[in-house]
Amino acid sequence: MTKMLVGNVNEIDIKGSRKLLVGNTEIALFRLTTGEVLAIENKCPHKGGALSEGMVCGSRVHCPLHDWRVDLHSGNVLTPDTGHVKTYEVEIDPESGSIYLTI
Amino acid sequence: MSTLRKKLVMVGNGMAGVRAIEHLLKLAPEAYEITIFGAEPHPNYNRIMLSSVLAGGASMNDIIINDLEWYHSNGIRLYTGHTVTSIDTRQKKVYTDKGIESSYDELILATGSNPFMLPLPGAEKEGVIAFRDIKDTQIMQETAKTHRKALVIGGGLLGLEAARGLLHLGMEVSVVHIHEYIMERQLDEAASVMLRKELEEQGMKFLLKKQSEAILGKKRVKGLLFADGEIAEADLIVMAVGIKPNVELARKSGIEVNRGIIVNDYMETNTPGVYSVGECAEHRGIAYGLVAPLYEQGAVLAKRLAGVQTEGYAGSITSTKLKVSGVDVFSAGQFTEQPGSRALRYQDEIEGVYKKLVIKDDKLVGAVLFGDTGDGAQLFSMIKNHENIKGMEKELLLGVSSDALASPKGNRLETMADDEIICGCNGVSKGAIAEAIQSGGCTSVGAIKACTKASASCGGCKPLVEGLLQLYAGDNAVTVKEGICGCTTLGRDEIVAEIKRMELKTVKEVMNVLDWSNDEGCSKCRPSLNYYLGMLWPEEYIDEKESRFTNERYHANIQKDGTYSVVPRIYGGVTTPADLIKIAEVAAKFDVPMVKFTGGQRLDLLGVKKEDLPKMWEELDMPSGHAYGKTLRTVKTCVGSTFCRFGTQDAIGMGIRLEKAFERLNTPAKVKLAVSGCPRNCAEATIKDFGVVAIDGGWELHIGGNGGVHVRATDLLCVVKTDDEVLEWASAFLQYYRENAGWNERTAQWVERVGLDSIKQALDDREERLALKERIEATLRLTSDPWKQIVNEPELRKNFEPISQPETV
Ligand SMILES: Cc1cc2nc3c(=O)[nH]c(=O)nc-3n(C[C@H](O)[C@H](O)[C@H](O)COP(=O)(O)OP(=O)(O)OC[C@H]3O[C@@H](n4cnc5c(N)ncnc54)[C@H](O)[C@@H]3O)c2cc1C
Ligand code: SF4
Ligand code: FES
Repeated sequence: MTKMLVGNVNEIDIKGSRKLLVGNTEIALFRLTTGEVLAIENKCPHKGGALSEGMVCGSRVHCPLHDWRVDLHSGNVLTPDTGHVKTYEVEIDPESGSIYLTI
Repeated sequence: MSTLRKKLVMVGNGMAGVRAIEHLLKLAPEAYEITIFGAEPHPNYNRIMLSSVLAGGASMNDIIINDLEWYHSNGIRLYTGHTVTSIDTRQKKVYTDKGIESSYDELILATGSNPFMLPLPGAEKEGVIAFRDIKDTQIMQETAKTHRKALVIGGGLLGLEAARGLLHLGMEVSVVHIHEYIMERQLDEAASVMLRKELEEQGMKFLLKKQSEAILGKKRVKGLLFADGEIAEADLIVMAVGIKPNVELARKSGIEVNRGIIVNDYMETNTPGVYSVGECAEHRGIAYGLVAPLYEQGAVLAKRLAGVQTEGYAGSITSTKLKVSGVDVFSAGQFTEQPGSRALRYQDEIEGVYKKLVIKDDKLVGAVLFGDTGDGAQLFSMIKNHENIKGMEKELLLGVSSDALASPKGNRLETMADDEIICGCNGVSKGAIAEAIQSGGCTSVGAIKACTKASASCGGCKPLVEGLLQLYAGDNAVTVKEGICGCTTLGRDEIVAEIKRMELKTVKEVMNVLDWSNDEGCSKCRPSLNYYLGMLWPEEYIDEKESRFTNERYHANIQKDGTYSVVPRIYGGVTTPADLIKIAEVAAKFDVPMVKFTGGQRLDLLGVKKEDLPKMWEELDMPSGHAYGKTLRTVKTCVGSTFCRFGTQDAIGMGIRLEKAFERLNTPAKVKLAVSGCPRNCAEATIKDFGVVAIDGGWELHIGGNGGVHVRATDLLCVVKTDDEVLEWASAFLQYYRENAGWNERTAQWVERVGLDSIKQALDDREERLALKERIEATLRLTSDPWKQIVNEPELRKNFEPISQPETV
């Protein structure tokens, strides 16, 4: 488990996302309307679509390739499709807005 | 032996050739003096059974078809371990590598095929083999005693059988396959996925969608490197990626060869006295790789040689079965749907049963069976016999008589077995739907759809789903009106009316006021609301880029591998050498893997990394071609009067004018225009959303065409005289479409829905046209080029880059 500083909340648009590469894994960071920042593996379980490019609706992201929906909190694919995406723990420093990711 | 007999020589001692000889011996036992040369050191054996030998079901001895005694007693001279190296077709002689020569009157080439070996670097290493003959089988058996890891390249029939055999021999086996699903030549995706699961349970591993790049190791193989940089360890690599007809000998000898040795319906080559059968032969363009057709060929050849009347060979419909214990897979005929054919499917994931029947013109043309292949033979014979199966389709699929199916709906739904499939598209059974209603708490068709996917695709089973809802939920069943998406019950027109009436100005406001069930909507309603608001309030509404699809958010087309493509605007399809040089230089600088012309005469730079997009736009310094949006795409033009000897009007000039007028326009769906310079219509303007065709002294204006999934030719809107009138009508038409069509509705669908007359009527009055024109111009005045904007604004540009480099804390 490593904890790392990956950026600042104001670098991510609301209902937007940014990606980053840690080792060989691409991770997508999302910022919800609630202010929450959530991190998941940037790979749709369907055909590997980059979830960071998808549309964020509430706490779900729609995959840009074929519209599967992934819950950003649990990483679960929503019915009627099935699957799971890895999630990562995110902490935000309330003072500075720094984003820490634990991998 | 009597010297009166003719001399028959056969090259190749395999399954097809020897079968032809067996047949010939029955028809004309005295006619020929037969000599057979076989490169392998064995009498003829059943190659098919090598899989069973490997999988432990048979021994080498079991698979011999004809032992040496058979050759002897039939007076056949057999040379095993002799390879025929040349044929002199004029002297009628063959020569072998061991110095034997033999003259013939009739010659059969039955040299089979060679395994196709991928030309990977390192393919010559020890431990890299094919799966074709006894030798390969023995190498696998030996290797398994001392090594552990095996890789099979190729997830087709042969590869899977090899892999199953290696598992039996105690090796760890992974199958490497280039496709995303295995046995794609024999199975559709559904059956393939079920098969893979079954094989995984037997211990097989799969590396799908993998492109092999190099074989690693010093002398002996140690691993396999893939194009994506990953490496899989291996002590043995079996390549089972295909076969190629063995035609070298024939080619060298001047016999006509294409992929295989070309034969006619009587298995005759173009060289007198030379015949060919088996995998090496190509008949009507096809070289078969299965035994059944080869046996049919052998029978025809035998008759020919025996001088018996025959109709000749007309080609075969083939069927295949995977010979792996524990899984039953069968496929026959044309099992994928093609235009004009329809399919019936039955899928039971619990029992692991899948059936698919493909029907064309009331005849069964193909079938795929998984799990229960009991009906295979019957279905295959119906396919071969072209039987008419009208009225018994469902019976064939379900094994239920048509009487039972014809009984009244309620009754039938009640008595229907739980595992019967209701939704064929998604393989949802009656049981699954009943469960969703009874314990899943679904009380509407929408809820059942969301929970089980039943009726989520073609919707054909919706009546049945409704019936089941009535049956199990009774009075609790609610009929919910379906709106533009699952978040609302309101339709497009109601929403637009409410937005106008209450002057709603943001997506969020609309959702709040109109009681959306999902607080932030979904990928269907968000983009449509964003469009309606922008269309209704062009001056005030601030476009919500987060409510646009990926393509429109990043102003490039997302491709399946996550890269993007860049299409600069080229007005009317006309460019200059200087611009071409610029495009070429940028493409080279950013290592664009492919440059192609789009369907609309523009240049497409494909395979661009997202990070590179803004830099490329900056260097191109050209406007966006909007090849990605719900907007004006291109105006295709022909040469017109500028150069063409038929052209009566300036098609190019007209096209450029239209493209400049409407570029960047937001529309309900993409919009394509075209202008042709005369009625020859080389720009294909009559399958565009708005098509302009020059006639002598004027222009014909066409609307509502589409060349996509549902091809639709345009309807003629009117004929006008001047260029300005073309602009006026195009503006009015496009704005009227913007204001009245549903989001995502192409003009072709829209024209069909509202009717040509209603559109003609709306545009008929000049004052109306000018008002529409004024509104579209007001909207267009507010647009700007998105590429430039992103290049210049760091706040937008940042989203193309990965977030800051991670630092460990
Ligand atoms: C492991 C395995 C499993 C299979 N399973 C099935 C199955 O389940 N169902 C099915 O229908 N088919 C199956 N096949 C395919 C089937 O075995 C072939 O289609 C069939 O054997 C082809 O017969 P053939 O006579 O054309 O060629 P072969 O049987 O290959 O015979 C050709 C012979 O010619 C010899 N030869 C070539 N050149 C020369 C030369 N110049 N001089 C002398 N001899 C020469 C070769 O050594 C070879 O022995 C399988 C094949 C393999 C390898
Ligand atoms: S449509 Fe007419 S003017 Fe245009 S290229 Fe064809 S023939 Fe020439
Ligand atoms: S890849 Fe994500 S939905 Fe298909």
